[in-house]
Amino acid sequence: MEQTLFGYIRRYSWREQIILLVMTCASFPFLYASLELPKIIINQAIAASNFPRNFYGFEVEQAQYLAILCAVFLLLVGANGGFKYFVNVYKGRLGERMLRRLRYQLFTQTLRFPIPHFRRTSQGEVIAMITAEVEPLGGFIGDAVAQPAFQGGTLLTILAFMFAQDIVLGIAAIALYPVQMYLIPKLQRQVNALAKQRVRTVRRLAERIGEGISGIEEIHANDTAERHRADFAGWVGTIYDIRLQIYRKKFFIKFLNNFLAQLTPFFFYSIGGYLVIHGELTFGALVAVLSAYKDLSSPWKELLDWYQQKEDTRVKYDQLVEQFRPAGMLAEDLQQPVTGPVPRLSGAVVASHVSLEDEVGVKAVDQASFQFEIGQRVALAGGPGSGADSIARLLARLLHPTAGAISIGGQPLASMPEAVTGRRIGFVGSHVLLINGTLRDNLCYGLYNREVPEAETVDERGRAARSSYVFEAGQSGNTTSRIEGHWIDYAFYDLAGPAELQARVLETLRLVDLEGDLFSLGLRGTVDPQRHEQLTHRILQARSVLRKRLQERRYQGLVEIFDRNIYNQNMSVAENLLFGLPVGKGFDLDHLGEHPYVQKVLTDVGLRDDFFVIGLQMAKIMVDLLRDLPAGHEFFDRFSFISSNDLPEYQAAIRRVEQAGFEDADPDDRNLLSSLPFRGVPARHRLGLMDAAFENRLLQARHAFADGLPETLRASVAFFDADAYNPAASVQDNILFGKLVYGRQQAQRQIGALIAELLDGLNLRAAIVDLGLDFNVGIGGSRLSVPQRQKLAIGRALLKRPDLLILDEATASIDPAGQAALRAALLHDERLPGQVWVISDVQQAHGFDYVIIVEGGRIAAQGPAAEILGAWSPDAVDA
Amino acid sequence: MNYNEAVSVLRTIPVFATLDSPSLKLLAFSSSYLSFEDGEALCHQGDPGDSVFVVYEGEVEVSLVLPDNGRIHLARLGRNDILGEMAVICNLPRTADVHACGPLKVLKIEGDVFLQLVTGNPDAAHGMMRVLAERLLRFTEQYEQLRRCMPDPVVP
Repeated sequence: MEQTLFGYIRRYSWREQIILLVMTCASFPFLYASLELPKIIINQAIAASNFPRNFYGFEVEQAQYLAILCAVFLLLVGANGGFKYFVNVYKGRLGERMLRRLRYQLFTQTLRFPIPHFRRTSQGEVIAMITAEVEPLGGFIGDAVAQPAFQGGTLLTILAFMFAQDIVLGIAAIALYPVQMYLIPKLQRQVNALAKQRVRTVRRLAERIGEGISGIEEIHANDTAERHRADFAGWVGTIYDIRLQIYRKKFFIKFLNNFLAQLTPFFFYSIGGYLVIHGELTFGALVAVLSAYKDLSSPWKELLDWYQQKEDTRVKYDQLVEQFRPAGMLAEDLQQPVTGPVPRLSGAVVASHVSLEDEVGVKAVDQASFQFEIGQRVALAGGPGSGADSIARLLARLLHPTAGAISIGGQPLASMPEAVTGRRIGFVGSHVLLINGTLRDNLCYGLYNREVPEAETVDERGRAARSSYVFEAGQSGNTTSRIEGHWIDYAFYDLAGPAELQARVLETLRLVDLEGDLFSLGLRGTVDPQRHEQLTHRILQARSVLRKRLQERRYQGLVEIFDRNIYNQNMSVAENLLFGLPVGKGFDLDHLGEHPYVQKVLTDVGLRDDFFVIGLQMAKIMVDLLRDLPAGHEFFDRFSFISSNDLPEYQAAIRRVEQAGFEDADPDDRNLLSSLPFRGVPARHRLGLMDAAFENRLLQARHAFADGLPETLRASVAFFDADAYNPAASVQDNILFGKLVYGRQQAQRQIGALIAELLDGLNLRAAIVDLGLDFNVGIGGSRLSVPQRQKLAIGRALLKRPDLLILDEATASIDPAGQAALRAALLHDERLPGQVWVISDVQQAHGFDYVIIVEGGRIAAQGPAAEILGAWSPDAVDA
Repeated sequence: MNYNEAVSVLRTIPVFATLDSPSLKLLAFSSSYLSFEDGEALCHQGDPGDSVFVVYEGEVEVSLVLPDNGRIHLARLGRNDILGEMAVICNLPRTADVHACGPLKVLKIEGDVFLQLVTGNPDAAHGMMRVLAERLLRFTEQYEQLRRCMPDPVVP
């Protein structure tokens, strides 16, 4: 990024600025003509009388002449408007492009920050800078050259006119400009300093807000809200003071400007008047100069405004640049997408005198020297605080040594492109971050290194849209890679294509022991029968086999089969009413109570009010349960009928209904609350709000619903049909044609085993696991358990078959038996040549080739595992 | 049993007795209500310890399978007893088999919910500590008694 704002403008927009300048200059004659023409119309067309006259060789009458001039005037108005429109759109586009470029550059810089820098920089600050703070910059860049040119040009034109009238008066008009030009920058500098301070303080404020939000539990737990309020008040107070000072100074500048501007007419009246009295100036000229001076003040004001804005923007820019250039940033070219070959890592990993010192001089790693071969299984033994984790991160180049160097196969690690370190080294820490997407996206995340050009398969319109996107991205200096593009380079990862990737994914899932979990998730997924005719056909086969098997005594009472004439305790009230599931947008399960047809059916069987009463009670229970939970808490997702965003709405609705009384409740509140009971599953939630009479009437409603369903809504419900696949229901529900009984723990296990057995028999396991890969993991993976997240992260690293796999306590949250199995499997896997494991205890180093013991950041001992284990056995310690 | 009854059952259990009302309700709402027939297993030795059970009707038998397939009976727990919390706290597999003795009804609390509520609330954490400490004390006393009954070990 350029050091100065104008350097930046020059580098990235000089062409556009020149075009703007040319267009602005080209508009002046038209502007001038449009000011001149009214005078001609009045003096020569309306007020004159010597007609007919010659007009460019034509004899014209007065009315005709007037018509011609008016037409020209209209044309000029259009031309001026056209110029203005073009220049404004052009400026706007230029500004937006520059804004896009700036944001993109800042984000790119952020990705290159040294990781420890994020400990000192708050997320909120960076977000505020990239989103809000850069916004005015784009607007200014559009105006950067054109505005002063336009206003300056206007100013000069008027000045020229004034000097033409009288030199002395001309000089009088600009006599005070030097004073302004001297004083205003001086004052402006003070405003700038304050503006800088304001930006810094607002950032601190953002930091405080961030701290308050992330520390909300602490605040509640310690009753420190008042303290945080006081702190916050202090900061907004500081901002208030600064802003007030800015206002004072800004308006003082304005005052000064206005005063000086009014001072000039004083000269005109006195000096000009004197000259007129003495006959050295005509009265008309004085009036002309006075009126010209009125026109002069506007461009001059605009110029001064522009200057103030320029200074303001310059300050912001300087601060952005300063913030986004921390020491120790990753060199830019190391993070660029590479097109050439990416070498494999082999040979020796050598660390010589590597130290890692933080900003206050604490050494996490101190003069560490060690060497091992890729192909060895290495244990870095050291508990928390020993520095073993830092060494692991140094090896993965997530941290950079402050002294010493690491090399792999003779190549310095520091100068390897991220294409090498990120693809050939796999790193998994104890803290896992998943992206919000499907399991498949998360597992393949490590393969999404760059967009792979693909054969053109899209249609004409798609291609046009793409090329316009690519063009615009290029104009703003953004990458032209598109997130929707194809991102997996199969050949690079030794894969023939999607089928082989699929095979590797399945194998990896087995290795990290996630296959079973994905099988369960797959059973909860849905299948489109049109696209997977074969699969759904086989699932129906499984259904009929299962039907017979469920007769066996051990499966009694574990599944509640769908039966049109029986109220099903294990499915939601909505499913009970529909006896099916909604398809498309015809019926929205979350707002079923608002649907006119549903309302009609419920009214017919006399259930409308019951739904409202039950809904009100349910809402009260939910609000009572959840109001103390922080918004976005995972309990909302897992247990609640109401999302954290909607909770306040329900709170308000309850209050309103209680005030208005049940009878006079607002229809909107009624609808909102009446929709809640539909989401309850009687056997699961056991709120005890629905009795047998309710169930009977709901059964009536079920029949009424199906019988009276209008033709237009037929396609909106997929009814449960014993002989057809239900596209809206999960695979499991389709196999069962019923629901697992909630109150029986065996149901899950035994029926699960039965389903697995049947599906294995039909050779469908891989297909179901594949469906499971489409499961959305939620924000940060919140819909997965912690061990599942960790296994997924390990799978993600394994999928790219790294030459060097580094695991920093990556299995900590998996149960001990699972940990041991995973470790054995990975250590014996020949396809993973280099492995470095951080372990907390030397005694766990069995199965490794080489052991490095880290204590207090120093290498306490290292050597082949057999030696080290012998020397460090407890007996040796006792001796 | 419904949600309101579950709240009152949980309130009588020492570990949860100190929990505030909203947490208790949340616990009741988020837990599952399970029933078992005589002899059915709640969990087996070696299963992942991912949930806590609270008995509210009937009895369970805790037993250990020996390497020679013999079985030793460890304990019999009944109404308002809690089991499985050790495995959840220590992230360990189940250390014993648990079977229903006669018809049984339990509340099953998911392990992570249990941990969140117990660690997120100092009172509950304290309650949990007290229960575990008492148990440790009891075992230590039993161990002392046993040791006194045994002949002095021969020093090798």
